[in-house]
Amino acid sequence: MRYQITHRTIYEYTEPVTVSHNAARLKPSTGPNQCLSEFNLRISPQPDRMSWRHDYFGNTLAIFSIRELHTRVDVCATSLVEVIQHTPPVASLSALWTDVAERFKDPVSPQNAEVYEYCMDSPMVRTNREFAEWSRISFPKTATLLSGTSDLMARLFTEFTFDSEATEVATPLEDVWKNRRGVCQDFAHIAIACLRSLGLPARYVSGYLRTIPPPGQARLQGADASHAWISTYCPVHGWTDFDPTNNLMPSDSHIRVAVGRDYADVSPLIGVLSGGGSHIVRVEVDVVPHD
Amino acid sequence: MKKGVQNLFSPSVEVPSPVNRDQVGFQRHMETMCADGALKPWWARLLGLLEQMPQAERGRRLEFARRIVAEQGITYNVYGDERGMERPWEVDPLPMLLPETEWRAIESGLIQRATLINSVLADCYGPQKLLKDGDLAPAMLFAQQDFLRPVHGIAPQNGVFLNFYAADIARTADGRWWVLSDRTQIPTGAGYALANRLVTARILPDSFREFNVERLAGFFRRMRESLAALCPKRGEDPRVVILTPGPYNETYFEQAYLARYLGYTLVEGQDLIVDAGRVYLKTLSGLEPVDVIIRRVDDAFCDPLELRNDSMLGIPGLVEALRSGTVAIANSLGSGILQSAAFNSFLPGLCRKMLGTELQMPSRATWWCGQNSARQHVLDNIGALSLRPAFGEAVLRSGKSDLDSLRRAIELKPDNWVGQERMQISSVPCWESSGIVNRPVVVRVYLCGTSSGYVVMPGGLARTGTDALESGVSMQDGGASKDVWIISDEPVEEITLLSSGNAQIELRRVGNNLPSRLADNFFWLGRYNERLDGAARTLRAALLRFSPEARGAGMRLLSPLLQTLESQDQIPPGSSQPNRSPEALEGDFLEAVQSDKRSGNLRALAQKLVHLAMLVRDRTSNDVWRALSELDSAVHTGIGEWSVGEVIGVLNRVLMLSASFKGIARENMTRSQAWRFLDVGQRVERALGLCLFLQRAITSPDAAHPSLLESVLEVADSTITYRSRYNLLPNLMAVYDLVLLDDTNPRSLLFQLLQLQKHIERLPRSGTRTLPLADERVILETLTRVRLLDPHELGGANGSLADSETFRTLEFVVRALPNFSEILSANFFSHSKVSSIRM
Repeated sequence: MRYQITHRTIYEYTEPVTVSHNAARLKPSTGPNQCLSEFNLRISPQPDRMSWRHDYFGNTLAIFSIRELHTRVDVCATSLVEVIQHTPPVASLSALWTDVAERFKDPVSPQNAEVYEYCMDSPMVRTNREFAEWSRISFPKTATLLSGTSDLMARLFTEFTFDSEATEVATPLEDVWKNRRGVCQDFAHIAIACLRSLGLPARYVSGYLRTIPPPGQARLQGADASHAWISTYCPVHGWTDFDPTNNLMPSDSHIRVAVGRDYADVSPLIGVLSGGGSHIVRVEVDVVPHD
Repeated sequence: MKKGVQNLFSPSVEVPSPVNRDQVGFQRHMETMCADGALKPWWARLLGLLEQMPQAERGRRLEFARRIVAEQGITYNVYGDERGMERPWEVDPLPMLLPETEWRAIESGLIQRATLINSVLADCYGPQKLLKDGDLAPAMLFAQQDFLRPVHGIAPQNGVFLNFYAADIARTADGRWWVLSDRTQIPTGAGYALANRLVTARILPDSFREFNVERLAGFFRRMRESLAALCPKRGEDPRVVILTPGPYNETYFEQAYLARYLGYTLVEGQDLIVDAGRVYLKTLSGLEPVDVIIRRVDDAFCDPLELRNDSMLGIPGLVEALRSGTVAIANSLGSGILQSAAFNSFLPGLCRKMLGTELQMPSRATWWCGQNSARQHVLDNIGALSLRPAFGEAVLRSGKSDLDSLRRAIELKPDNWVGQERMQISSVPCWESSGIVNRPVVVRVYLCGTSSGYVVMPGGLARTGTDALESGVSMQDGGASKDVWIISDEPVEEITLLSSGNAQIELRRVGNNLPSRLADNFFWLGRYNERLDGAARTLRAALLRFSPEARGAGMRLLSPLLQTLESQDQIPPGSSQPNRSPEALEGDFLEAVQSDKRSGNLRALAQKLVHLAMLVRDRTSNDVWRALSELDSAVHTGIGEWSVGEVIGVLNRVLMLSASFKGIARENMTRSQAWRFLDVGQRVERALGLCLFLQRAITSPDAAHPSLLESVLEVADSTITYRSRYNLLPNLMAVYDLVLLDDTNPRSLLFQLLQLQKHIERLPRSGTRTLPLADERVILETLTRVRLLDPHELGGANGSLADSETFRTLEFVVRALPNFSEILSANFFSHSKVSSIRM
């Protein structure tokens, strides 16, 4: 499936901004089942300086600053991405979850060190006993990593309510856990906390969903904004994605942009500015099949 | 502990343990004793000297030490302290002695350790070979919050990641030295060690010479050279700045002290800006490139763009500038990971692997619970070990009762815990008012990385505990610090920090450009000092005229003064009402001197003044500081029952000290931009204060009454001048001429305006222009209006002069000057607020 993706962010300020420094992670990655063929980033006003690099997690990062006095910024990323339809791995054929967890107990072999990084607490996700107790229900001794994770996703999907008003970027995980509602970012963070609390690796994936579903299918939650889901590491299949907000394993409707330990590692756009007063922001995401 | 700031002392604070003093075999090692129990000869000499000293002389010297600390303003900030900005630094003038031979071993051990730590840092932020080869457990990096992923891959040009390093070391009964903890993020305290040296060498000058104490200056010279070598553009005179979290940081004194000592600019994050990938300092005359940043801000707070988004202390875009190599930073961002206690258990292996030798100085025995066997050891011996977080700095105070919850916490997140051996550390004699007492001691030793290896400061910061058990060594709990003397039989080389006179230098008439924020602070320092002067003068004039028996006419003459006190917010609103009883008024006056509730109270103003002075600490002399701290203590002394007469005494003293501050500034400050802004602030405030009072005096029904005119002369400090010119009772026309229009009277309005005009002509401006600028316009217009006044219009007038040109002009000045002040801020001091947005 080929997609034409437009991701536009517009800030409007009540007072002029004199200088702004920005970091953007908006460029979809090329990797398993996904290939980026075109990408364009238009920024107005014109940045006086822009540099590109790969961050620690391999995502493409653009750093730019705007020196012109302005009250409005428009950041528009357009990409053309090919996503290959693929059958998600068969859950029962993956490794036993206890074997996976064992790999990440002392002493961790150097070969596993890279994945081990995703077993640790991260800025926005801290595990605790409560997560572990709740998750254990999905992971009986005989469960494989993927069957347990699927079960966990199903329970999250049933017990938690998608509510775009319930949380903000900074809402602590404990509040989401307590109130049982949130957006895709919160679903992803909870799922990550659950897996890590059992000693399993889990990472955060940011990206997009196709806006209009194929005929006969329901529209997915989070299709009109940037989306987030998770990935866990199976020694048989490698990193395997799950979308807890929609309780499914992504195939060709999800487009990956960045991965990290949690949202803090992959924010699409960060700005630090002088002046500006208060601001309103508008985000438009459009993902359409392209022939 | 506050986030984003380094804590000088708590990291090495130990969990108090229930060790039984009478336990078998417990014997504290004494620094003064040899293994056979004999007194070491150098200690015998020093202690003998002290013993021979008469009791009174000992007391006198201790008092002298305290006075030096107070006069130099050597302070240590304690968070949450009431008046807590400045707590005097505790110095015990009796030094700790270490013979040179013994010192060389310590030196070599710590150089090895610093070299090792630097290589480990280079690996962690580079190839991570140690992880790939299995020499370092992955959690040692990944479980650490302080591992800064955004700076991974940035390598300093000279390969030095750890420019500054400090180790806390202590000795055990077997005579061995141990490293208790490493400081790799922001090793604090070298400035305090320098201050201790200053005090100790003055209290014991003869011993200082006799013992051939190694000098500290050589170390700081090497430090300066090595920092200059970090400058990306070789060969040029580099601009080095010290980045401070601000005056609320606990070691702010030290930062300002080192800035002054080393000749660097002390800056806050908001003084710096990244433009086109380069770091600049915002100064009055524009942006000046910065080459090297010595950071006193925790690394995660240094760049709100790529590191902690919520940081208000950093410089947006700094990481990108570092990556492009246009600026160097010491220590490198992310260096804090190596001060984690858990590293202790890896260092011996890492040393063999990376340096091919054994670790010379052992670390305190540490078991990191991330390893199975170590965890088991800790759980089995949980009561006998001190438990602390493996990473970060917080200290857990454990007691017998919560051992179970501690056990559970370790089992849940074993990576996050270490168990450490409890140690019996040696004691050193301390000189206290009660006599000589032995206390446990920990020494912090400082190292600096140069392109040819590490150099060690010959000395250190010794800290002694009040607790006779274990190493409960903390300043926060009331411990003291002392100097460390490295003594030798040979005479030592005299070194000074100033480079020798033979070097070619370019003569300069202007100093480094003043950062805009400092210009702002000097301006307000000037304004607040003058405001304090005006407040005290008005209050004194009112008190001198006030008598508890006064009624009617007497009270009416007091009215303009009372209204002014009210507008200055010295006394509560409504106090100037004519029906207020003299008793109530007396209460208001006493309250005005003894409280700091109102913004105009002397105490509140003095506090503001000291705070502002602290902000410009690295740019002002010790004399300025001394005058202001005496002023602050003058208004704070003698709380309790005061008579009106005593209050007048206090006011006299305040006025004298405020004048002495002005005198020092006038006589000793070069006519730089700093002085100019200080004086502009002073002139603006003086003119404004005078006009505010005259507005009230001139509209009083008794405007021409000699007694009221006398108070005008007094508030304008022009009584003597008047008497020398006119041999008669104060006359309305003559008095107003003297205080408004006499350009030879340094207290007159015209004089202030003329000075302001001179100053603004010399302010740095960019570009060419033909028309006057907004600030020049305001002063020009005000000056013209005042010059056109004719005092004769007041002649023969009786009663209110509310419709006189003089009154209208006063009204004009009172509006124009605040406007002028605002224009100045916008043009010269603006450092707009920075905010961050994340989507």
